Amino acid sequence: MPGVDRINAGLRRVPPWTLYGAGAALPVWLFWAATTGGLGVDPVREIEHTLGLWSLRLIVAVLCVTPLRRFTGLNLLRFRRAIGVTAFGLALLHLLAWLVLDMGLYWAQTLGDIAKRPYITVGMAAFLMMLPLALSSNDWSVRRLGGARWRALHRLTYPAAVAAAVHYLWLVKAWPVAPILYLAAVAFLIGLRLIPRRRAIQSPRPA
Amino acid sequence: MRRQSPADLQWSDVTPKSFFLNRRALIAGAAGMAIAVPAAAKLDYVTSPLSTDEKPNSLEDITSYNNFYEFGTGKGDPSAYAPALTTDPWSVKVDGLVGRPGSYDLADLLSGIPLEERIYRFRCVEAWAMVVPWIGLPLGKMLEKFGVQPGAKYVAFETLVRPDEMRGQKSPILDWPYREGLRLDEAMHPLTILATGLYGEDLPNQNGAPLRLVVPWKYGFKSIKSIVRITLSDSQPETTWNMLQPSEYGFYANVNPEVDHPRWSQATERHIGAGLFAGREPTRMFNGYADQVAGLYSGQDLARDF
Repeated sequence: MPGVDRINAGLRRVPPWTLYGAGAALPVWLFWAATTGGLGVDPVREIEHTLGLWSLRLIVAVLCVTPLRRFTGLNLLRFRRAIGVTAFGLALLHLLAWLVLDMGLYWAQTLGDIAKRPYITVGMAAFLMMLPLALSSNDWSVRRLGGARWRALHRLTYPAAVAAAVHYLWLVKAWPVAPILYLAAVAFLIGLRLIPRRRAIQSPRPA
Repeated sequence: MRRQSPADLQWSDVTPKSFFLNRRALIAGAAGMAIAVPAAAKLDYVTSPLSTDEKPNSLEDITSYNNFYEFGTGKGDPSAYAPALTTDPWSVKVDGLVGRPGSYDLADLLSGIPLEERIYRFRCVEAWAMVVPWIGLPLGKMLEKFGVQPGAKYVAFETLVRPDEMRGQKSPILDWPYREGLRLDEAMHPLTILATGLYGEDLPNQNGAPLRLVVPWKYGFKSIKSIVRITLSDSQPETTWNMLQPSEYGFYANVNPEVDHPRWSQATERHIGAGLFAGREPTRMFNGYADQVAGLYSGQDLARDF
């Protein structure tokens, strides 16, 4: 696949830190737009929802990395950590926007809601599952844990992604298309991992 | 109130076509004058002691942040797409247990009842709130015009179905037409109005032009928009959100801080336009109208009849 090879070659010239820059630009832009009236009449909701939505989009993107490499040869492995950590950063800001801007630090109701409201409970679960993933997304942790244990820990990505998509679908009224598509995408991308890998070249067994 | 059953109706009761055609000519003439004198677009209305003294939200708040799924599920969809809706001519079908059923031109419905400004608190089931300076008339006064029959216990309303102009209706997100209803005593309550205007001018399309219900002590989804049918009946009508999710949206839908939506708390609300760090305020029983309306529900368990 020469086309893919050319893309892969081009991508090798893009440093992964640019993703952190783009991720950081989003909340900066949101805050600037909110204070200058650019987010409409309900900036609180706009900030909260935009941060959550982009976090979910990056979670979907993270899940694309392995299937893209396996089925198309496109190699985005170098960017996976940056995508995941940025997804976590936006989820953290989304949580803070909810606590501070939306709930107004109304702790009695906030804590009750986390326990009682299924969509908030499942959103919080998604965040808590992402926390160890973000904390261990560094070379030191990979060395410390060892490859096998690190990979086992990072399978938490799958339940976290499902929880994040369910969180979105569970909070809307009626059945709009977008949250259904996100949940379907997550399910599809996880499902691709269940396709058994054929051994690339069957080595002839000694007779 | 003079009672009249449909059997008493004669063909002579029907407005002759030449009469209403003349009336339309007059209205058209008035519209022509309005072009010459732009300030005449303002509606004539009186103020009301039923208005709150709270400061209304800006026209921009009220006209750019709407739930009107006929135009899409996004808050900005109604302001973006509702201008496509034709609201003139507009007729409303009045049927069921009324003395004078029929299809009424909007101007006929409104004639003879003075418009009032009603500045009301508005509370959405999604836990956000605004204050809106509606222009409208008491629903009860209009119902009296039709002659409500003694057997009538409920009023049902339907929104226009016109997918060509209401693009949200091309998707089956709700079971169109949008339906809502009130118990007759709720409908006759002086706080319940049919709104035709906002901020002293005709109602913008995204707010439910040309005719919408406003029931200030109930969650906003009860206040059905762009009404084309009013039916008096003896049984509780089906209502759209209740049909979709009966465990979450009751027929009554009274604002109540103690009865939560199953998925979120109703104890507090966010005031649109209050700023980035305004936080929340406690929800008020019956949205602050408890003194006027609590009596309607004496003896009812509001946790069951939510």
